[in-house]
Amino acid sequence: MNTVPIYNHLTVYLVAAAFLLALGIFGLIRRRTLVGMLISGELIFSAASLNLMAFNRFTAPDPVVGQVFVLFIMGLAAAEVAIALSIIIAVYRNFRSVTAGQISELKG
Amino acid sequence: MTPFPGMPLITTAIFVICLSTMVAGAFLAVASSRLIRSVCGLAICCIGLAGLYYFLHSPLLALMEILIYVGAVCVTIVFAIMLAEPEEPARSEKSGSILAWGCLALLSTVAIFCGLTWLGLHSRWASPGDLINDGSIAAIGRALLTTYSMAFEIISLALLVAILGALVIARSGRTHH
Repeated sequence: MNTVPIYNHLTVYLVAAAFLLALGIFGLIRRRTLVGMLISGELIFSAASLNLMAFNRFTAPDPVVGQVFVLFIMGLAAAEVAIALSIIIAVYRNFRSVTAGQISELKG
Repeated sequence: MTPFPGMPLITTAIFVICLSTMVAGAFLAVASSRLIRSVCGLAICCIGLAGLYYFLHSPLLALMEILIYVGAVCVTIVFAIMLAEPEEPARSEKSGSILAWGCLALLSTVAIFCGLTWLGLHSRWASPGDLINDGSIAAIGRALLTTYSMAFEIISLALLVAILGALVIARSGRTHH
């Protein structure tokens, strides 16, 4: 049996990453709290990382580049989560709610 | 040295388990109504994704995925949920507009998924040719300290600024309340 096993196909990873991206965007549209939107955003980050790693494994001549790039994505995602959660806590202190529909007050 | 009997089958089964773990976790993260379950779904999804990274010849990224996402990001989100009790309230709009928005979200999601899948299936990707290194952890460390040393330093600075900014933002408004 000479067929390539399923885990050595680029398209499997691409479809999985597209699925993650689609679910993340669906969650981003449907969620009404800031924390839920943040979780969906993490799913989109994961989709991008998986896509980059798949191309790094199957098409790039230098297998280090993609791994370094995904490491940087993870670092930036961690920073983004810290900032977003502190903003969410500050918003909760002011509005007693983190529902996106109720935070509609601007102060200029 | 003869391989273990049935090794390809076992490897394929492990791959399918990782893939389905990721898919199930993502579904749970998006579809559950309680946010704490949604965070658990994100953690499960990241564990499956770590398995996929392992299959993509990168054990370092598999470790980092579990360490950073499950260990740091999900735990931080759990803390935020405990502090802010962000439960989704019952919808107040009319059911017709809810249905319309749900259909719009589902439609755009399906369109994105189908478009990207079609692109992935119908494109011809170039084969890598000769690899210039083996992609091991030693090679990653060498690249981080030579080619990418500037980006490495800048991301450490970005993390420092993010921590300070998070502290400042979360601190303000605490006293006069």
